[in-house]
Amino acid sequence: MSIAEETRTQTQQGVATSTYPKSNYLTSEHTVASWLLTTDHKRIGILYMISITFFFFIGGSAATLMRLELMTPRGDLLRSDLYNRMFTLHGIVMVFFFLVPAIPAVLGNFFLPMMIGARDLAFPRINLLSWYIYIAGGLFALAAILWGGVDTGWTFYTPYSSMYSNTNVLLAATGVFIAGFSSILTGLNFIVTVHKMRAPGMTWFRMPLFVWAMYATSIIMILGTPVLAITLFLLALERVMRVGIFDPALGGDPILFQHLFWFYSHPAVYIMIIPGFGVVNEIVPCFSRRKIFGYRFMAVAMMAIAILGFLVWGHHMFVSGQSMYAGIVFSIISFLIGVPTAIKVFNWVTTLYKGSVSADTPMLYALGFIGLFLIGGLTGLMLSTLAVDVHVHDTYFVVAHFHYIMVGGQVMAYLGGIHFWWPKITGRMYPEIWGKLSALLVFVGFNLTFFPQFVLGYLGMPRRYHEYPAEFQVFNVLSSAGASILAVGYVLPLVYLLLSLKYGKIAGPNPWGATGLEWQTPSPPTTHNFEETPIVTEDPYEYEIQEGPSV
Amino acid sequence: MWDFPLFPERASTIAGRVDNVFFVLMAISVFFTVLIGFFVIFFAIRYRKGSQADRSHAFSTNLKLEAAWIGVPLVIVLGIFAMGTQVFVQMFIPPKDATPIYVVGKQWMWKVQHPQGRSEINEIHLPLGRPVRLIMTSQDVIHSFYIPAFRMKQDVLPGRLTSEWFQPNKVGRYHLFCAEYCGTEHSKMGGWAVVMEPTDFEKWLKGSPNGSGGGSSDAIQSMATTGGRLFEKYHCTGCHGTNSQFQAPKLDGVYGGQVPIMAANGKDVEFVTADDRYIRDSILLPKSQVVAGYNPVMPSYKDVLKEEELLQIMEYIKSIGRKEGAR
Repeated sequence: MSIAEETRTQTQQGVATSTYPKSNYLTSEHTVASWLLTTDHKRIGILYMISITFFFFIGGSAATLMRLELMTPRGDLLRSDLYNRMFTLHGIVMVFFFLVPAIPAVLGNFFLPMMIGARDLAFPRINLLSWYIYIAGGLFALAAILWGGVDTGWTFYTPYSSMYSNTNVLLAATGVFIAGFSSILTGLNFIVTVHKMRAPGMTWFRMPLFVWAMYATSIIMILGTPVLAITLFLLALERVMRVGIFDPALGGDPILFQHLFWFYSHPAVYIMIIPGFGVVNEIVPCFSRRKIFGYRFMAVAMMAIAILGFLVWGHHMFVSGQSMYAGIVFSIISFLIGVPTAIKVFNWVTTLYKGSVSADTPMLYALGFIGLFLIGGLTGLMLSTLAVDVHVHDTYFVVAHFHYIMVGGQVMAYLGGIHFWWPKITGRMYPEIWGKLSALLVFVGFNLTFFPQFVLGYLGMPRRYHEYPAEFQVFNVLSSAGASILAVGYVLPLVYLLLSLKYGKIAGPNPWGATGLEWQTPSPPTTHNFEETPIVTEDPYEYEIQEGPSV
Repeated sequence: MWDFPLFPERASTIAGRVDNVFFVLMAISVFFTVLIGFFVIFFAIRYRKGSQADRSHAFSTNLKLEAAWIGVPLVIVLGIFAMGTQVFVQMFIPPKDATPIYVVGKQWMWKVQHPQGRSEINEIHLPLGRPVRLIMTSQDVIHSFYIPAFRMKQDVLPGRLTSEWFQPNKVGRYHLFCAEYCGTEHSKMGGWAVVMEPTDFEKWLKGSPNGSGGGSSDAIQSMATTGGRLFEKYHCTGCHGTNSQFQAPKLDGVYGGQVPIMAANGKDVEFVTADDRYIRDSILLPKSQVVAGYNPVMPSYKDVLKEEELLQIMEYIKSIGRKEGAR
């Protein structure tokens, strides 16, 4: 937006001019270089937001083609090779280039320093480097797609990926390998920032739970991602040099790959949900005007999930040929994760009790999150149950389950967070009615898309099937119909949020009356966030309870 | 399209037990979804902004409630764990009298061979009411042998034997799928499991032209017979045969018993059970477990034998093994 435009809008708004700071992080400099070479965590957050939105719509297009193909039992729209490339593209792009960076690299980057009263992250230049590394990884992934695609599935299972697939496995794996380092750097930056840069008075148990969520996520990122890098490196070694690591024909062990892969990728599932917890932890108290219930339990629960998450990778392998006893041990630890998860859900609900609840757009997304995450979590218990998992493993039941967590959970939370902090990020409000409509469309469309897949899975339809028996068609048609609603729900915010940049009402520093240091800055914040370093004297979420009639 | 099931058929003894566990889980899930859904909506309406509801004595910590959040879910998940694990152990350990059937997965078909000799592709014929144990391996990538109506699935790995067992209890035709993604035609790698009355099944095994599935007019030879011929063809008899002048362990009565082998330190002797995996490893990796008192002179047959041939030779060695037949 040019200065001229901005001035005009401000003049139109009249009195609001004073609440839209003339000099802020968006207007301080205007050149392209000032964006591409910025070390401002807020600008880097915006760079990430634009990039992950791009990848989201690439991954979404692949999903659209898959859902169209699956309208009929026969493979009539895509050839099987193309279909296999589509679900691989969808998985790789969505997991590594959208879900993993979504909340940490956009909202975390933008708000973690502000929430603890810091001017920036501990290593601003490393922060910029992490974005460039992410883009480099993304370019490799795009190159793999454009030069013919990959057909291994996002899981790269060996020996198919190392010895049998004739597609661009190396390019795609290189992309994922590189992008992993961007996660590691972000995680490192967050951990150091939380340890060293909290404002005076910001003790550990005064930190907003979003910061705790980022901290828990960062631990997983720096401990888990190197294992993924090693695994992909070994995969490349076998594919290029024929070193026998995973393929039995060369003397390797294919199960070894699964152990290594899930040692990262199960914790990575928590990279794709704990940040969502963090966002909901901010929204629910704000729109209930209540201190969050059981603050310390909420913080500890997230740390417990992050740590236990490293001990359950074998639950992806109950029928892989691992021993019965290994299966039993992995099953019970997986069940234990249900406990901290239950604590979180119950505490969110209890936060509403005796609150003063308003159903603004962010709150609708957060309540939708609780419902969808609940179903995702309960079906997770079913999958941890050994006897049931033998039947539904690698079927649509699993597909439905993890979409309830990653899309119903993380994407709902991301959109909730974007709507919650949009006024802070841009200084503008979006049209509330359109926001509510999009939250509703996403919730309804999501359930219609993925609930039928639970039925399909228990009926026995395996995942990654290009063709399927005719009796499964009804549920696939329902699912595709839901996906079209979901697509509208996702495109809508893109449109009205962009329009709000120009036509949105001036938001003012704190339109929601929220607690938290980030709301004590002007909207949009100035480059240095705070004029003076804030001094923290109270716990987070000190909302005043509405006076009711005394009994 | 409009003739669709809501629940899969049940055609094995374990299917009902798996479903029971699933129903308990469903009940728990529905209960908590309704409970939490109710409270979210109830609170959101009763305590909506500006409502006159009583908000005195609001609290934001309560150790008793937190203890309940921890205790109740913990008891429930441990209960589910016990229930699911009990059935899983039954699914994992086959009964001793289970009939073996051999399965080889390859891109993109299932080859099934019955010990009596009859083989089939993308179909598996099974007798009603008898426990069956599949001994499976893959010729290329990982596959997974999945029959939803039996609630059974097991990955099929290259370079290794895996097994699954079930006891069909309903005559019919049921879907057979490959559940582990294996490349281009993954979704076409499947067919049917056909459960037949035992008498029909016996007829089918003999390949009588009237049996379902048809059969060649040649007399069908058992896998062990074929394996015995391969045993000669690949000159195994040259060393392992009864009249052989070269020194190699004789294989009669070996299968199912204990075999003394040289320990890794080259001095001590250990005993291992001669099961499927031991026989297979001894053919493919003969130097890894050398029988005590013999020299490691046998070459590997790794790239010589096809997976089917390997299974046939295994079946032959089994047939001359111990009669009580350990697994």
